[in-house]
Amino acid sequence: MTRKISFSEAVNEAMKLAMRKDPNVILLGEDVAGGATVDHLQDDEAWGGVMGVTKGLVQEFGRERVLDTPIAEAGYMGAAVTAAATGMRPIAELMFNDFIGSCLDEVMNQGAKLRYMFGGKAKVPLTVRTMHGAGFRAAAQHSQSLYALFTHIPGLKVVVPSTPSDAKGLLLASIFDDDPVIFFEDKTLYNMKGEVDEEFYTIPLGKADIKRQGSDLTIVAIGKQVHTALKAAELLKERGIETEVVDPRTLSPLDEETILASVEKTGRLIVIDEANPRCSAATDISALVADKGFDYLDAPIKMITAPHCPVPFSPALEDLYLPTPEKVLRAAAEIIGDETIVTV
Amino acid sequence: MTIAKSQTKSITQEKAKWMYQKMNEIRQFEDKVHEIFSKGVLPGFVHLYAGEEAVAVGICAHLSEKDYITSTHRGHGHCIAKECDLNGMMSEIYGKATGLCKGKGGSMHIADVEKGMLGANGIVGGGFPLAVGAGLTAKLKKTGGVAVCFFGDGANNHGTFHEGINLAAIWKLPVIFVAENNGYAEATPFEYASSCQNIADRAAAYNIPGEIVDGKDVVAVYEAAERAIERARNGQGPTLIECKTYRNYGHFEGDAQTYKSSEEKQKHLQELDAIVRFRKHLLANGLVSEQELMHIEQNVAEAIEKAVEFAENSPFPTEEELLRDVYVSY
Repeated sequence: MTRKISFSEAVNEAMKLAMRKDPNVILLGEDVAGGATVDHLQDDEAWGGVMGVTKGLVQEFGRERVLDTPIAEAGYMGAAVTAAATGMRPIAELMFNDFIGSCLDEVMNQGAKLRYMFGGKAKVPLTVRTMHGAGFRAAAQHSQSLYALFTHIPGLKVVVPSTPSDAKGLLLASIFDDDPVIFFEDKTLYNMKGEVDEEFYTIPLGKADIKRQGSDLTIVAIGKQVHTALKAAELLKERGIETEVVDPRTLSPLDEETILASVEKTGRLIVIDEANPRCSAATDISALVADKGFDYLDAPIKMITAPHCPVPFSPALEDLYLPTPEKVLRAAAEIIGDETIVTV
Repeated sequence: MTIAKSQTKSITQEKAKWMYQKMNEIRQFEDKVHEIFSKGVLPGFVHLYAGEEAVAVGICAHLSEKDYITSTHRGHGHCIAKECDLNGMMSEIYGKATGLCKGKGGSMHIADVEKGMLGANGIVGGGFPLAVGAGLTAKLKKTGGVAVCFFGDGANNHGTFHEGINLAAIWKLPVIFVAENNGYAEATPFEYASSCQNIADRAAAYNIPGEIVDGKDVVAVYEAAERAIERARNGQGPTLIECKTYRNYGHFEGDAQTYKSSEEKQKHLQELDAIVRFRKHLLANGLVSEQELMHIEQNVAEAIEKAVEFAENSPFPTEEELLRDVYVSY
């Protein structure tokens, strides 16, 4: 049975179900419970993470399995890697993906490569949950979308969900996957509500989802930008253009087949990615289509991305930084060859 | 290890007035930001320094523009103590074009390099190696300057703490590491997260002096800083000063602070308040008159109101600012 819950609640529920199912699943990170050793603090008053996403988990599973860590990312991330390699199934919360700067070695050189370096004699069933995304006025060190950085590294799987329902199924799949997975949660999506099944279910990693069917134009969008694509698709429909919106859901592995099949059908591709443009998910997906689907294309591929600059603090600038439906419309007008599209 | 208490009347009248003014500027600035933020006017996250004024002011009272400081995400107080412009600060927090960073940094990255303020920092532990670099420049260029690294108790468990202090110690750099131990890293108590009784105890591992100070006694902080800075300027290397303090507000605005007990809040916000104590000290020692103190308080209140007015009347940055200053060359 489904009911409407928020993205944040869906993520919470996935962790709860995973921890009930398997005693090896543990959660560790900064203030994931909150207020460790504070005598007067009742568990239900504990933070449950800065955004409250892990709230209530300590009540059910105790501080043995919901571990507050010092602010020491290299320490607990490295520990999570080998806890995973030696029999646990940890969920390590990296509060903001920007903090990967403090523990990249543990993820990139250790976690991602153990299995390969050890000739297949190790597995690292680790899930790193981390917050990303601009639009929160959180400035340059708390707003990036760094999924391309991880997608570049062999050995890591990369998940970027766009809806509460996807978040739950993909997180459960990530937790029970035997490889290290970096699971991205857009902080501006946490309050978004959607229908989510109450039961335990998984969504396979590497399977894209067509969020809207269309025949004239394909938009591949990452994470929150799926919603920008859907808004643009509504506006384009008013102009008689049918847009197909493809949500890859996981960037590694990438569902090349679904993307190529959609472009084969529509002949046109726009990629929306709010990350910086160089060596990005947008360029990766564009290169895929240029390489394997060039003959399907009736027009050049367009990318709607952030500019090549850090995320600015000022709302006036951050609003310009992010992709918008209007930017999508301008790109669509160009590749469809119809200037009237932009004068909605 | 004992906690150093202020003993001497080491502070001149002029310096005392400056310190009282700066402490009031910080308190009133932060109280004002708290008030404005609660109305939903300010974008993003803000982390307020109110309660910890004695640390920034007691240390920065010894610094000039040739000296550098690195800060934390709780950086407004360090900015003010390092004499950053209040209008520019408030404007930055509003995200306006007239801000110290043209609205591009915000509260968490507020900075003014010309004043020697190398930035608030969104990364816990970010400041240790940054201060070491500024200390290296001071040593190599023989500027006579020092670098002060302000950091929280949360950062003292971060790997950069070890790497930064060790480097400063082996190179005998003019760096002062100032721990602002306010008891909580976000919602996590210091005692839970740190395998030591005092942060200053960790100095022993680097063979440098470690000193514990009542961080709500600005005179004590001032005197400890004097010793450490003299050592640094004499080429004797770094010192670690731990200031035991308390933040009056939450980790960030919006934090319900359920982890704090009402007794400790009462104690710190009333009895131990650093500004009230300094005020009493100044009057008791005849350093500044009641009338002068009231004059300072009033001037500060006016300056804060003006800063808000300046920020509110300032324009937002325009589109060309988006791609400016990513690089020097283009």
